[in-house]
Amino acid sequence: MKLLVAVKRVVDYNVKVRVKSDKTGVETAGVKMSMNPFDEIAVEEAVRLKEKGVASEIVAVSIGVSQAQETIRTALAMGADRGVLVETDVAVEPLAVAKVLKALAEKEGAQIVVLGKQAIDDDMNATGQMLAALLGWPQGTFASKVEIADGTATVTREIDGGLETVALALPAVITADLRLNEPRYASLPNIMKARKKSIDMLKPEDLGVDVTPRLTTLSVSEPPVRKAGIKVPDVATLIEKLRNEAKVI
Amino acid sequence: MDIRYTKEQDAIRDGVKQICDGFDDKYWSDCDQEKRFPFEFHRAMADNGWLGITMPEEFGGANLGVTEAAIMMHEVACSAGGYSAASALHLNLFGPHAVVVFGTPEQKERMLTPLIKGTDRACFGVTEPDAGLDTTSITTFARKVEGGYRVTGRKIWTSSGQVANKIILLTRTTPKEDCKRPTDGMTLFYTDLDKTKIEVRRIPKMGRNAVDSNATFIDDYFIPDRDRIGEEGKGFHYILHSLNPERILVGIEAVGLGRGALARASNYARERKVFGRLIGQNQGIQHPLAENWAYLESAYWMIMRAAGLYDAGQPCGAEANAGKFLGGRAAFEACTRAVMTHGGMGYSTEYQVERLFRESILLRIAPITEQMILSFIAEKVLDLPKSY
Repeated sequence: MKLLVAVKRVVDYNVKVRVKSDKTGVETAGVKMSMNPFDEIAVEEAVRLKEKGVASEIVAVSIGVSQAQETIRTALAMGADRGVLVETDVAVEPLAVAKVLKALAEKEGAQIVVLGKQAIDDDMNATGQMLAALLGWPQGTFASKVEIADGTATVTREIDGGLETVALALPAVITADLRLNEPRYASLPNIMKARKKSIDMLKPEDLGVDVTPRLTTLSVSEPPVRKAGIKVPDVATLIEKLRNEAKVI
Repeated sequence: MDIRYTKEQDAIRDGVKQICDGFDDKYWSDCDQEKRFPFEFHRAMADNGWLGITMPEEFGGANLGVTEAAIMMHEVACSAGGYSAASALHLNLFGPHAVVVFGTPEQKERMLTPLIKGTDRACFGVTEPDAGLDTTSITTFARKVEGGYRVTGRKIWTSSGQVANKIILLTRTTPKEDCKRPTDGMTLFYTDLDKTKIEVRRIPKMGRNAVDSNATFIDDYFIPDRDRIGEEGKGFHYILHSLNPERILVGIEAVGLGRGALARASNYARERKVFGRLIGQNQGIQHPLAENWAYLESAYWMIMRAAGLYDAGQPCGAEANAGKFLGGRAAFEACTRAVMTHGGMGYSTEYQVERLFRESILLRIAPITEQMILSFIAEKVLDLPKSY
């Protein structure tokens, strides 16, 4: 069974993100970029499925600038078998990404597409769901546990009220939540092996997908600076303020 | 000229950092206070294949150069573990070099594979109490007997001897006075460190306490022929090959240690408020830290230059030694400044910088002193008369 796993190149989670002075976006020049942490979890799950003998091949896919090859290399070092980069300088939106992934899933004959539940840069949380809709496949989003047997994926989902378990007939789309697993480190031998694995370079046109953005960013600004709280002298004042100022009790 | 990192080198740095980040201040502070070897850290690095970075691929290594090893060790020394973390791994990277180059296929398989897996730990027995850096004056003697050698002698500053089960041992097999050249007549072994027969006595010391240093007493110890590396009498020439990589790695570890200390100092200066303002706003605090950065950076690139030369198979003695000199100085200055920036808190173990400071002075002394480096450069580069 072939697995497709989608990986996005984002600003590293340790970096303090700064808004560009012209407010058109955030600063990425000279900033450390890494794989979206939820995508790392997705890759780890795919690799585990291969180790269990469920998957036979893992294809890591990224869509974006040429440097996203590094992100794919990271997935290859974790255990993916080969990579595909759909190269574009356009700031791709979830629908465009979903269309590209649909085309690739069909081209590759993948049985499962695993994605992070969302990317930490724009927090859209949309690509997996859109992809499932476009493919007409069932989806198990926010997965905290995945089991595959007899053509069925049993996915435990993290939902507001607790956990929900769904059974999906394959092929299916799964998006990874934080608690699904703890991604492995890329070991040195695997970093070396990853160097020899292939990455196919495609353009969106090769897949017949138009990735032109449909949204226009008007302005990006920093969140307001959080104001310091106040200290109250006693409980009575606290209650009074909660009741009359904050109006929460 | 291209002095940018390759993608693979970026991946090495990230990979090492991920593992190091799993071992925090408390872990290293405890190791230092309890004088305990960081077994868990050593195991994590071994399990992820890092101990074999410079070792041949057929024995589980990655066959990379000193440049990559330097990138790795810089990252290790930058981490909370500082020079202790680096010392816990260091020997694996250059120590077995003689085995790699001069060992038989059987020896390589037998000796390198367990070292790379981290199941064997080796220490380096070269320095002696009465020889120091004057290596040709060592007196540990290996007398040829049936099937092997019987060895008697004293070694000192044997790092990690308490936890090692193997020793790389340099001996004399011909007394110095009977040799044509003082560098002849020495023989190298890689053999068991059997502590029922060899006494390894811990030396109480100032810092880097997670990795022990020892005096080693060897009396009539039998070493089989199969543990001799290369030919009898050529041992000194064999270890010479690993000296420049050692200088490069120690130099870069010093820079890493200094950068770790500088980061702690900057973080503190950015948060600590006195007299209604951040101390980091004062030029009296800022400028020394900025100066530390500049010196660390210059040492870093000098060492990388030496590593590049070494990997290209070119002479790098002057660069490697100068890099170690600069790295040691810059690290010591940065660690001292980190303590001073913290004021009184810098003297408490809680803020970690005193631990780094205690380690940093070692980098100015070992494995070669500043004075010896300067004499070397004076003689070899500036063509001045030998002074000793």
